[in-house]
Amino acid sequence: MLKIQTRDLNLFYGSFQALKNISMEIKANKVTALIGPSGCGKSTYLRVFNRMNDLIPNVKIQGDVMIDGENIYRSGINIDELRMNVGMVFQKPNPFPKSIFENVAYGLRVNGIHDKTEIEESVVNSLKQAALWTEVDGKLNKSAYELSGGQQQRLCIARALAIKPSIILMDEPASALDPISTAKIEELIHQLKSEITIVIVTHNMQQASRVSDYTGFFYLGELIEFGKTTKIFTKPDNPHTENYITGRFG
Amino acid sequence: MNHLENEINKLKEEISGMWTMVISQLSNAREALMNFDKDLAAEVLFKERMVDVYELKIDKDSESILALYQPVASDLRFVLAVLKINTNIERIADVAKGIAKFVAKSPKETLNQELLTAGRIEELFAMLQSMLSEVFSAFEEENPKLAFKVFAKDELIDKITRSLDDTLADYIRKNPSEIHETMQIFSIVRKLERVGDHCSNIAEEIVFCTEANVLKHSKKKKLKNS
Repeated sequence: MLKIQTRDLNLFYGSFQALKNISMEIKANKVTALIGPSGCGKSTYLRVFNRMNDLIPNVKIQGDVMIDGENIYRSGINIDELRMNVGMVFQKPNPFPKSIFENVAYGLRVNGIHDKTEIEESVVNSLKQAALWTEVDGKLNKSAYELSGGQQQRLCIARALAIKPSIILMDEPASALDPISTAKIEELIHQLKSEITIVIVTHNMQQASRVSDYTGFFYLGELIEFGKTTKIFTKPDNPHTENYITGRFG
Repeated sequence: MNHLENEINKLKEEISGMWTMVISQLSNAREALMNFDKDLAAEVLFKERMVDVYELKIDKDSESILALYQPVASDLRFVLAVLKINTNIERIADVAKGIAKFVAKSPKETLNQELLTAGRIEELFAMLQSMLSEVFSAFEEENPKLAFKVFAKDELIDKITRSLDDTLADYIRKNPSEIHETMQIFSIVRKLERVGDHCSNIAEEIVFCTEANVLKHSKKKKLKNS
């Protein structure tokens, strides 16, 4: 089933065109990896899905971006609702300067949930879903800053999960983490995809091949090749893709 | 050139070195058998140890490349193909060793030339040496078209060796006292038939490596382009 679709998407930062005619179909409950050299447009493309680029001055977007069949750039769209549905995890863990509990509960409260039992249940479930519960059980009132980098990143994932998004965008979620924390995040991605559609930007080719079902290769703002990860990493159609994944690029 | 390319090139050099040695082993095994040259047979047996060293080194280096560089796409196919080609070349070297051992250990000083002719041994050897050189060139030049030519030749080898069952059975009927020697020639024919199969397996790997096309268990595909 189709979850996200872009058609002839062009994005400009002032006069610079960062994305060129991107048409892609992202399937529901699958992990889609976006790869490509720095500056190729993959993170820009990722931020299109929760309209994060709107915050950048002089951004101009043309084309269609559909989530569950609805154009998210049509006038009158509720951006808060969109961002509840499309969660995001960044390269560096960014917990709030609050307790572990409050970090996860925050999103629920700002979205109008004030029932104590409901919040507690949701916090515990989200921490379990983010594979962090066993490590923080009994320490929920401690500051989030007391957690390790890998734990903080999973806390951010729990925070995103608490408001029950159907999509999570991950921008280099493990690039600042050690191998054990990285493995935990990757395992978590595998577990979450049964319920959530995940789009991940990564510079780590092995990570893209390990965690994703589909891969898109971007270069100079263009989508060069998109397909099943097994195909991209064994028999890519485009020689540019082959050169990039085998490290012969440029 | 990046590190992985360097490692891949080194692996290619190693397998080419082993291949050249095995081509020479097969050629020397043929000479040793046809001329019943025990000294040459001993040399083949001695060099077999060097082939084994090559095989172990190539296995180890391939494992290291997979573990350290995690190759993908054409690089991955190359390493996977080399691993299988390595096994097949080593088995061809084993055939050369088996033939050399027969010559070296035989109490006789000559071999019945009529029997060698009946077993079409010289002809089989010539075809196989040409096949082995052809797949080697296909590998060196990354030329799948050349690799495809080997499949039809292997079919011909199979046809010839099948026909030799009756020929050698007839020979035994006519020369019952030579049953032991005929059985040894029969065993050599079987070994040579396996060399054809190994060349065909190697050709499959070259096509997989260069075209990402799997031909295994698909006689139709193989002969279509042969």
